[in-house]
Amino acid sequence: MNKRKLLAGPYLIWAIGFIILPLLMIIYYGLTSPDGGFTLENLSAIGDSIHYKALGQSLLIAFGSTCISLLIAYPLAYILSKNQGSKKDIIIMLFILPMWINFLLRVLALQMILANTGILNGILNFFGLPSQHLLYTRTAILIGMTYDYLPFMILPIYNAMCKIDRDLIHAAADLGAGSKLIFRKIILPLSMPGVISGIIMVFVPSISEFAIADILGGSKILLIGNVIEQEFSLTNNWHLGSGLSIVLMVFIFISMAVMNKNDAEGEGQMIW
Amino acid sequence: MVKRWIEKCYVGLVLFLLYAPIAILIVCSFNASKSRRVWDGFTFQWYIELFQDEAVIGAVRTSLMLTTVAAIVAVLLGTLASIGITVMGQKTKQVFMTVTNVPMLNADVVTGIAIMLLFGRFWNLGYFSMLAAHITLGVPYVILNVMPKLQQTNVSTYEAALDLGASPVYAFFKIVLPDIMPGIFSGFLLAFTISLDDFVITYFTKGAGMNTISTMIYQQVRRGINPKMYALSTILFLLILIVLWIANRISARQVQGTRG
Amino acid sequence: MKKVKVYMCLMAAGVVILGGCGSSDNENAADSGNTLVVFNYGDYIDFTTIEMFEKETGIHVEYEQYVTPEDMYTKYQSGNIPYDLICTSDYMVEKMIRNGEAKKIDKTSMEYYENLDPTYLEFCRAFDAENEYAVPYFWGTVGILYNTEMVEEEVDSWDILWDEKYENQIIMENSMRDAFEVPLKWKGKSLNTTDEEELREAQALLMEQKKMVMAYMVDESRDAMIAGDAALAVIYSGDATAAMEANENLDYVVPEEGSNIWFDCWMIPDSCKHPENAQKFIDFMNREDIARINFDYVYYGTPNKVLYESLDEETKEDYTIFPAERTLEKCEVYKYLGSEIESFYNQLWKELKAY
Repeated sequence: MNKRKLLAGPYLIWAIGFIILPLLMIIYYGLTSPDGGFTLENLSAIGDSIHYKALGQSLLIAFGSTCISLLIAYPLAYILSKNQGSKKDIIIMLFILPMWINFLLRVLALQMILANTGILNGILNFFGLPSQHLLYTRTAILIGMTYDYLPFMILPIYNAMCKIDRDLIHAAADLGAGSKLIFRKIILPLSMPGVISGIIMVFVPSISEFAIADILGGSKILLIGNVIEQEFSLTNNWHLGSGLSIVLMVFIFISMAVMNKNDAEGEGQMIW
Repeated sequence: MVKRWIEKCYVGLVLFLLYAPIAILIVCSFNASKSRRVWDGFTFQWYIELFQDEAVIGAVRTSLMLTTVAAIVAVLLGTLASIGITVMGQKTKQVFMTVTNVPMLNADVVTGIAIMLLFGRFWNLGYFSMLAAHITLGVPYVILNVMPKLQQTNVSTYEAALDLGASPVYAFFKIVLPDIMPGIFSGFLLAFTISLDDFVITYFTKGAGMNTISTMIYQQVRRGINPKMYALSTILFLLILIVLWIANRISARQVQGTRG
Repeated sequence: MKKVKVYMCLMAAGVVILGGCGSSDNENAADSGNTLVVFNYGDYIDFTTIEMFEKETGIHVEYEQYVTPEDMYTKYQSGNIPYDLICTSDYMVEKMIRNGEAKKIDKTSMEYYENLDPTYLEFCRAFDAENEYAVPYFWGTVGILYNTEMVEEEVDSWDILWDEKYENQIIMENSMRDAFEVPLKWKGKSLNTTDEEELREAQALLMEQKKMVMAYMVDESRDAMIAGDAALAVIYSGDATAAMEANENLDYVVPEEGSNIWFDCWMIPDSCKHPENAQKFIDFMNREDIARINFDYVYYGTPNKVLYESLDEETKEDYTIFPAERTLEKCEVYKYLGSEIESFYNQLWKELKAY
């Protein structure tokens, strides 16, 4: 049984080379000042009002887009998983396919939809409705993030649901459980691993996202991803950028550990 | 009946929203104007220019090779790792998963520059550095898709097979693999997607004169996207659709074949 | 799960076919003999000129592109790719000269250096005192592009960008120096000021303006203006020309108070391994026919006198590309302000964005 652990070996080596080593480099930069001395300033910089405000904005938007994605994806995955016909792989592919078109092009297209004189307002005006000022607001960033990350939520939940034994549901129904009860007692708990994977894959990358905020937010809203990105590619202050990255990482790990603890008490079945 | 109808509408609506921006890109690819916001008449000009542009074709080639190889390696590494991680103790598991999340969590610039610095110190930037970065980027997505599947897999079937004399490898291929295949497939798709879309990390890790579709587009965002890129996206999109359709036909025939 | 396998096989097959068609020309020829690694802004050259250069000289060009000068500097500094020739903006040229990262250019070996207009070389002295390191490639101004259907009054001053009438209809430059230049010039200050008080004042004005700003953009503002999303945009002259061609309601002005005149120049960095090839390339770019191809493609102001004189009257009189001398007199070139002011600037910019 324990030999199976060895299967993680190649990945371990890979992770040391391409995750841990670069990480150590970031930590090195994060803990030194431009003149080379040790400092904690880059870490405590998160206390700077600009930075914690940006972090707050990021968390809010990441949280929002995760929630919306989940709300959209969960019923969708449920509906799709009921269809076990020969076309099911095709249908799930249809949800991934949009993502194979370049991300920047899609976001730019979204910009064309949301713009003041854009397509959405054109449609609204056609029906005699007033134009909405959407582009370059928080809402636009939220829409963009949800749009971009939605498939990352659909896929794992769908997979988890497909795995649920139909006989279990039938048995419960035969024994008199209503559809609500079946959902609560069978489908929901058994789909949880997929939900958690989905949440991680949406929430985690969206915290450090910056391109969407630039294009759809008109660069008016500063997210922590923008701050870090600018420290690296505009200001050339890698030390501060690294320091903030470390803080961000630690922050997310702690929140995940908390999440994990709650799960462990509840289901004991989670990945975290 | 009504419920089924609502369900269908819902699926349709989500699909519509996902495809609306792509429809716009396709329209743009036929627009004679270089600005994406005005319609200046219908043209095939960009398609013709696209096939004459060696830089673009080179970028397509690099992208496809890079992305596919990266996704395949990521799937291999990630699937093996997932199997290993599931049998680990809680603590080790947690350490592994934490490390796994780092590339996903870090801002792309940070990962990109860190890998660039690493390679700069020990090797040269080139195809391999780009590939390594993309594999690193893809593995977490594979693991996150395969792990839930593994957890749902019934261990006793696998153990029963072992008891009945199957070798672990045989039992794995016959029992575990079919079970986790959808997870592997999703992982592959997501790793592929992530790698195809990435421009920041690629930008920092690529060697001189190399370009992927994404870095090419990124460099054009400021000066305005060249409509050739819309034409390229349209072609790629249609190609994928055709592949999907053929695959559907083949598998439909296979199903019929096994039944007959 | 048969289907899954079918997909994967099909996809893999497709990729192998597509990829196999000719991966042969992918080999890295960076340090094998007769090459030249060029680093330029994205989409800032007509590729046919590179092909012509390769054909005429037999030098193989590895062409790299970047988005912002800071991006360029990061990649250059990491030292992973030995760039032979870089094209970048005035202040970055000066920064690299000051840091000892630029090599002198041997002008005497260049056949077409004389094609350059001395007027512009004079401007370049602001960041390259003896014209030793940089050879101008294109130049332009920063001004206001406005939609005559939405703005009825005459636009001749920066103050219109603070007019509350145009709330949510203003696009500001999303690059630090170009954004600060606006209030500085408006209030009659130098755009190269290092006075922290003056910079703070400029920042306060920008913060006040932020409420009215629709978005901060760089060259993307062109498309937004063409579509009529906004009434006013602070924009580079080249983008303004392109926008005015697509939408006849647009007009461009360099405000009375003056503005920035910028130069993108060729320079040879100290990472250069093929200085002779780099010189040849710069010289090639100055040749009239080559400069013309690139001028037609990029459509910014050309510092090439021979080319300018051969242009048709209409282009010569295009006040967007070639502003009147009177306007140019009030324009300043950005200077590199030193690392201390640079980080002060960065801080102000970040505060503005977070505000």
